[in-house]
Amino acid sequence: MPGNPQLNANGELQHLLSIEGLPREILTQILDTAEPFADVTEREVKKVPLMRGKSVFNLFFEASTRTRTTFEIAAKRLSADVINLNVPVSSQTKGESLLDTVANLSAMQADVFVVRHGSSGAPYLIARHVKPHEHVINAGDGRHAHPTQGLLDLYTIRHYKKDFARLTVAIVGDVLHSRVARSLIHGLTTLGVPEVRVIGPQTLLPAGVESLGVRVFHDMRAGLRDCDVVVMLRLQNERMNGALLPSAQEFFKHYGLTADKLALAKPDAIVMHPGPMNRGVEIDSPVADGPHSVILPQVTFGIAIRMAVMSIVVGN
Amino acid sequence: MKLLIKGGRVVDPASGRDEVGDVFISEGRISGKREKADQTIEAKGLVVAPGLIDLAARLREPGYEYKATLESEMDAAVAGGVTSLACPPDTDPPLDEPGLVDMLRRRAKVLSRARVYPVGALTVKLAGERLTEMAELAEAGCVAFSQANAPLADTQVLWRAMQYAGTFGFPVWLRAEDRWLSQGGVAHDGEVATRLGLAGIPSFAETIALGTVLQLVRATGARLHFCRLSTAAGVEMIRAAKKEALPVTCDVGIHHVHLSEMDLGYYDSHCRLEPPLRSQRDREALAAGLADGTIDCAVSDHTPVDEDQKQMPFAEAEPGATGLELLLPLLLKWGAERKLPLAKTLARVTSDAARVLGVASGRIEAGAPADLVVFDPEQSFRVTPEALKSQGKNTPFLGYELAGRVRATIVAGSVVYDASGGD
Repeated sequence: MPGNPQLNANGELQHLLSIEGLPREILTQILDTAEPFADVTEREVKKVPLMRGKSVFNLFFEASTRTRTTFEIAAKRLSADVINLNVPVSSQTKGESLLDTVANLSAMQADVFVVRHGSSGAPYLIARHVKPHEHVINAGDGRHAHPTQGLLDLYTIRHYKKDFARLTVAIVGDVLHSRVARSLIHGLTTLGVPEVRVIGPQTLLPAGVESLGVRVFHDMRAGLRDCDVVVMLRLQNERMNGALLPSAQEFFKHYGLTADKLALAKPDAIVMHPGPMNRGVEIDSPVADGPHSVILPQVTFGIAIRMAVMSIVVGN
Repeated sequence: MKLLIKGGRVVDPASGRDEVGDVFISEGRISGKREKADQTIEAKGLVVAPGLIDLAARLREPGYEYKATLESEMDAAVAGGVTSLACPPDTDPPLDEPGLVDMLRRRAKVLSRARVYPVGALTVKLAGERLTEMAELAEAGCVAFSQANAPLADTQVLWRAMQYAGTFGFPVWLRAEDRWLSQGGVAHDGEVATRLGLAGIPSFAETIALGTVLQLVRATGARLHFCRLSTAAGVEMIRAAKKEALPVTCDVGIHHVHLSEMDLGYYDSHCRLEPPLRSQRDREALAAGLADGTIDCAVSDHTPVDEDQKQMPFAEAEPGATGLELLLPLLLKWGAERKLPLAKTLARVTSDAARVLGVASGRIEAGAPADLVVFDPEQSFRVTPEALKSQGKNTPFLGYELAGRVRATIVAGSVVYDASGGD
């Protein structure tokens, strides 16, 4: 297998493609770097000049508002120039290949490509073809990875729980199609979380998921017992009725997070969700808005994490 | 025209012969007599063996000439020591009409390199709904009938197709894959696909289809050749079927003998193959099954794909690998790893393949067609795009050092490839 395509010759972060394969030191460096940026977002003047004169291309082959916006805000707070490209509505429909699109943008002097693509592994392909000074940040590829989401989840957990070494974390719902779950699982195991659980029906868990280092639960009540952190995953509309699940109602009954089920977790458990939420499908409104929920702080931390990642890769 | 191949190590898997000697060729056939030759090939230190018979090589004509042409792929065949090849019907249009088959055979004949045996479509347009005119197609030169990589979903049609083919004694070649279970999948449904976030094709997509087809073999008596086995459980089922004396044979793609899901690495689209590369355990079972004869043949499953179609995210990349020129070196590598005698190694692409195809070549004996390959089993070469004559440069083995270089290829007594002749 070739060397880790995310790291440069000095073992530093060149691209952020996946949390898998990143050493603990780099994960910690990103989380530490994000701390002061979280303060920047609280300040009156929310800008630092770390990326002045640099160009960030938001290259979204799949629709997204939230992730794209947070990357845009993060880049602007670092004083970079941001160009947003929604590719499905431009060149891809004209038959231009992915690599041609990237080559054209590269000719416009990009420093950072933030890429979202519907196909797992697409950012790897792009990273193999960009120039040495250009950096690729994966903003979600297929079912594979969403590393900045995983990092902001880690940041959130560290913020509220301080020490990873004693935690029990449960990830609930559609793990099969979830890039968020994969990224978070790799991050948690790398940072030494002793127990990571996944909870869902067999139809929504990928083959051999145990090989990622998780414990599988089909019974949500058993899986939530004594958890410190509960991460709910979004259930896509198109998966709600069909061969994977009979209905959103039945899913909610068995795998939706309610106050009653949450009571099985530790009293100080936090509830997370990568958004956008389906209230009444994977999470009940009183829980989403309740005292255990840290869903909105996650969004705020997301900006700091994306600032940290961009400033680190550009600095390397 | 009389030809002498002098002083080579003559390896004939059919008879088990393996000794230094001369091979005389006269009128396109192996001659039993020592005759004065018009041309002599010096083969000292080289192996002289029957030319390879590849049961699956896509020539991309008609329809996909931008990926490869008959000419480029026939060059690749003879450069790889392949003297006969069967081509699957998944051309565009598919080989479902006698006219197309006839044209392909004529075009191949004009090029006078390897022998081409078209495999006809089992159903019209490979759509799995209507039977093709198999008798007509057979008359035009089809040696068997197949669905290529378009598995038949409708078991009623499958049953009828096997009955109909069985009526005439036509062999049916099928890749066992349940279409519903493989739908959307691009990789083996296991650890690697889970990690990479790729949609999986479970092993039972193969074994369920295999079970169905085996049941239909029992019911219809059709002769069945299973193409591209990919799972350990599948090998086991074939082993049992053969023990039961069902009229079945099978092959494996040479890539699957050497590679597994682990080789996908970071989304290497050259490892996007049909069927998918499976687990190490499956790979081991395939390599062992090929050695003990459960699997009759190894094939290149040659599929030239142009680079643009491979420079894509894994799931979107076109499946397949180029293979005609790598079949021999990869087979030798397998034989060496399992410590098999050379004759036994070569049998899987010569005498055994001839048996499946029902042809007289694939052996070195008086009167047999003079289809031969002369190669240096020790000489190694680096697999680079430049080293391949095929228009397809798509192989997971790019950059590898492989041993086994063809020096000369002879079809029907004519030298169609000569590495020393400034070719």
